[in-house]
Amino acid sequence: MKGALPINRHVAQRVGFTAITLMAFATVLPIVAVVIYILIQGLPAISLEFLTGFPHDGMRAGGILPAIIGTIYLTVGTAIFSVPLGIAAAIYLSEYASDTPLTRTIRIAIINLAGIPSVVYGLFGLGLFVLFLNFGTSILAASLTLSIMTLPVIISTAEESLRSVPQAFRTVSISLGATRWQTIRRIVLKEALPGILTGVILGLERAAGETAPILFTGAAFFLPRLPHTPFDATMALPYHLFVISTQVPEMPIQIQYGTALVLLVFVLTMNLIATVIRSRARAKRQW
Amino acid sequence: MVDKVVIENLSLQYADGTESLRGINLSIPEKAVTVLFGPAGGGKSTLLRCLNRLNDLTEVKASAGRILIDGKDVLDPQTDVIALRRKVGMVFARPVVLPLSIRGNLTYGLELAGEKRRSKLDEAVERSLKLAALWEEAKDRLDDPAIALSGGQQQRLCLARSLALQPDIILLDEPTSGLDPISTGKVEAALQELKKEYTIILVPHSVQQAGRTSDYAAFFLQGELIEYGEGKSLFTAPKEKRTEDYITGRFG
Repeated sequence: MKGALPINRHVAQRVGFTAITLMAFATVLPIVAVVIYILIQGLPAISLEFLTGFPHDGMRAGGILPAIIGTIYLTVGTAIFSVPLGIAAAIYLSEYASDTPLTRTIRIAIINLAGIPSVVYGLFGLGLFVLFLNFGTSILAASLTLSIMTLPVIISTAEESLRSVPQAFRTVSISLGATRWQTIRRIVLKEALPGILTGVILGLERAAGETAPILFTGAAFFLPRLPHTPFDATMALPYHLFVISTQVPEMPIQIQYGTALVLLVFVLTMNLIATVIRSRARAKRQW
Repeated sequence: MVDKVVIENLSLQYADGTESLRGINLSIPEKAVTVLFGPAGGGKSTLLRCLNRLNDLTEVKASAGRILIDGKDVLDPQTDVIALRRKVGMVFARPVVLPLSIRGNLTYGLELAGEKRRSKLDEAVERSLKLAALWEEAKDRLDDPAIALSGGQQQRLCLARSLALQPDIILLDEPTSGLDPISTGKVEAALQELKKEYTIILVPHSVQQAGRTSDYAAFFLQGELIEYGEGKSLFTAPKEKRTEDYITGRFG
């Protein structure tokens, strides 16, 4: 009995390792399954007309151009507000703020902001931007709402990458007669930039795929033309997908999957760019 | 002998209570190597970091006294710290090259000071590398990342980087602590050349180095200056018992 024990342990270890390895691989399965399924279902719908045409016949035929353009507008609009604000906040928290009750409160606020359900942002945006500030249901109001939702992601990733720049660089730079700001601009930001960009893209990617925040603030059911000004409402891919999947009877299924595929490609491309930036920066990093 | 730096009754305490200085009086002559030595925690680095006001970055609970460089009080709130740091260069214990090219490290301070002329910058690169005995090794690879240099070369680059600003005073905080004996020898030899033009204040990484390099030596123990004098006499015939005990290796 005593002699058998080590073998049993050995077997148990192997079984354990195998189980853990299998579970690790299992986590990859859903994403692969989703991508393959959407590809198979959606690819037949993709054509030049689908990507560059307007929907017609009550959206049961034609293309999804206004939704594609709308999502690009919303993503860019979100970037315009959230990127400068988010990076500035991260610089303040990482480089200037000392550990006071005020900065601790700011940090807690940012963490909590990230936990708010997106539909709550939508309602908040409706109240503040659409009604109170009177921007109407518009790209502007939707972009601002998405910006608030994106900020915590950008701030926390940017702050983290600023903090990962070695303190010694700052000390040396200051000792060479640089001001704090010159040090940040010439050394710290430059080194933290890939990490910041990654955070920005991940934040914007989330914004591009969200439906709830734009539901009440900027998304249109159907528009016969592209939006002209930031005060126009716009169609957008995620909302369009929701509409054609639930609100339109006798909808051809390929159009739904085609739309899902375009949205997926849009978001995954952003993800890929972020990954490439990150890995290239890691390879180049000098510390 | 002209005194470049005059420290009058300097006291300082960090907010976290770690290291402190108590009532330091010290006159440091120009164009010589003055070593500040003693066991860890004695306040040597703290004193160095007062001279270029790098302690501004640390939370200091209380400070008193004056530090006169060329007769002007460095600790005066009116002091232009940027100009001060250009005049008082610093080399740290661990060679920290900025994530730039070799040239970029050398021109960093000058560019911040507003120097844009390429010829002036090139001149400064060559002059400072020669002074730090790195020119022959680095001249053909000025645009390579500085991190590609060896540890000893990096430390000489750090020395060259502070020299590029043409300071009056160079502070060195255990500059050879991470270096092999050959690199250490090169740095020490460079210092002997540099003292003809510059005032050098060195925190050595060993008593032996203190003995080898010093024209003047100050022994620090737990925030107090115990003994100060010419290196030759201090290391051969110390007046204070505690200095003797430390030099002979009885503690520390």
